[in-house]
Amino acid sequence: MPRKKPDITSKRINRIAPSGIRRFFDLVASMEGVISLGVGEPDFATPWHIREAAIYSLEKGYTMYTSNLGMPELRRELSRHLKESYKLDYDPDTELLITVGVSEGVDLATRAILDPGDEVIMADPSYVSYSSCVSLAGGKAVMVPTSQKNNFELGADDIEKKITDKTKAILIGYPANPTGAVMSRDKLERIAAVAHRRGLIIISDEIYSSLVYGVEHTCAASLPHMKDSTILLGGFSKAYAMTGWRIGYAAGSKEVIAAMFKIHQYTIMCAPTMGQVAAIEALKSGDDSVAEMVADYNRRRLFMVKGLNKIGLPCFEPKGAFYAFPSIKTTGLSSEEFAEKLLMEEKVAVIPGSAFGECGEGYIRCCYATSLADIEEALKRMGRFVKRCGG
Amino acid sequence: MTKINEILKILENDARTTPQKIATMTGKPTAEVSKAIKKAEKDGTILKYKTIVNWEKAGNEQVSALIEVRVAPQRDVGFDSLAERIYRFPEARSLYLLSGTYDLLVLVTGKTMHEVAGFVTKKLALIEGVQGTTTHFLLKRYKEDGEILAGGEETKRQPVIL
Repeated sequence: MPRKKPDITSKRINRIAPSGIRRFFDLVASMEGVISLGVGEPDFATPWHIREAAIYSLEKGYTMYTSNLGMPELRRELSRHLKESYKLDYDPDTELLITVGVSEGVDLATRAILDPGDEVIMADPSYVSYSSCVSLAGGKAVMVPTSQKNNFELGADDIEKKITDKTKAILIGYPANPTGAVMSRDKLERIAAVAHRRGLIIISDEIYSSLVYGVEHTCAASLPHMKDSTILLGGFSKAYAMTGWRIGYAAGSKEVIAAMFKIHQYTIMCAPTMGQVAAIEALKSGDDSVAEMVADYNRRRLFMVKGLNKIGLPCFEPKGAFYAFPSIKTTGLSSEEFAEKLLMEEKVAVIPGSAFGECGEGYIRCCYATSLADIEEALKRMGRFVKRCGG
Repeated sequence: MTKINEILKILENDARTTPQKIATMTGKPTAEVSKAIKKAEKDGTILKYKTIVNWEKAGNEQVSALIEVRVAPQRDVGFDSLAERIYRFPEARSLYLLSGTYDLLVLVTGKTMHEVAGFVTKKLALIEGVQGTTTHFLLKRYKEDGEILAGGEETKRQPVIL
């Protein structure tokens, strides 16, 4: 008798819900003349000195694999950078790993530490890959609601209520995508204290660490006792406008980096060589370029936030990343309805907050990493739309 | 960045930015921004509001030349009085005193090559104290005052990315 035909795809994959936002993406892509505030990356091309360094490396023949961990020079520069920025000492040979963006970092970190059924606590709303990576690794994402009332900061007390004997880690990502929220040092210290007391690992996605406005970013690993129990994930995409190069890093204890390295060496081998060369240049002399871009984002941020509040979409002041996260509740529409109607009627693309979790319902994500002229026109169109909705 | 430098930076990039808009972008009251701009205009920090024109594209080609000038500096006034005699000519669009093998660099613009050459031979070279000139005609403009003339980069972003 023939064996029952098995499912082609694994149960583990089938458990991951297909992205509901895909249909909306296709709709945007099919339309002409759309002003998009729905892009999660800088509108600047990579600074020329960084591109030029990469071009030169190609001419010199840097076209082969690098060390699995990443180029030694890049790890040394990174170690220096983390020391200068946060007074953190990471051994470039055992405590740093160059990854394919923070995306790979989140995947490696969750796979390296989770056993089936282990729980990871994270904020709702938060970046889309967090819960999926946890679930792909066999774990369970436990969401802690955050709200505009608390500036979308994750609270230590709320975390503590969710801790069970299955809890293994807390995954935080500040400055945050999609809310633009930053985490104050004080609040982070309280979370660190909980993690320390309960023996939990902190996975901290700090890809937007350089993009803060008028506040200082606190690195989770830099807090007392936290270096060894924090997996610090960072990268070059957002600060240096290097999204397409796909270079990130993980910093952590020898033990955890060795575990992440096991997966990385078999699945990725090494991050792209050309991108690593570019990242070295970025670390060596990219500070001025970053400062200039941050100053520019800040002008557009203030313009966008004021504009959103003016047209009747109340928006808390986002102090990091390049997103504003206004409430659309006065329009009576769901965030998906809002995004779709706005696109069809006024040709402005925004991301429904519900794409980032249940608590994102009633909000939209507007990226201000786009030209001032486009922001101005988008706000005009959105203002018309909101008025029609009776908001 | 100081407040006025922040305002100047925005205006240098787009002189048409209104004080209201600058106020929003810097988080300062409009009146304060207007006052700062007025003051900068008055004390010569802001010299003029201009437009960078790609004349070639406008079908109105100009001939430009960079002219190296070697001069004999004069007692008491050094290079300044000679420089003044040169920059007073409207043909001289820019004038710089340089270190190195020659002293002054003049950017001259005219309608034809003949006109530019005429300025050099009939006016510039004959000024007392000018010892010699070397004229370099400008063949192609790639970048003007920070703006790339050959057309910038296209945005190659995807329309939506989470």
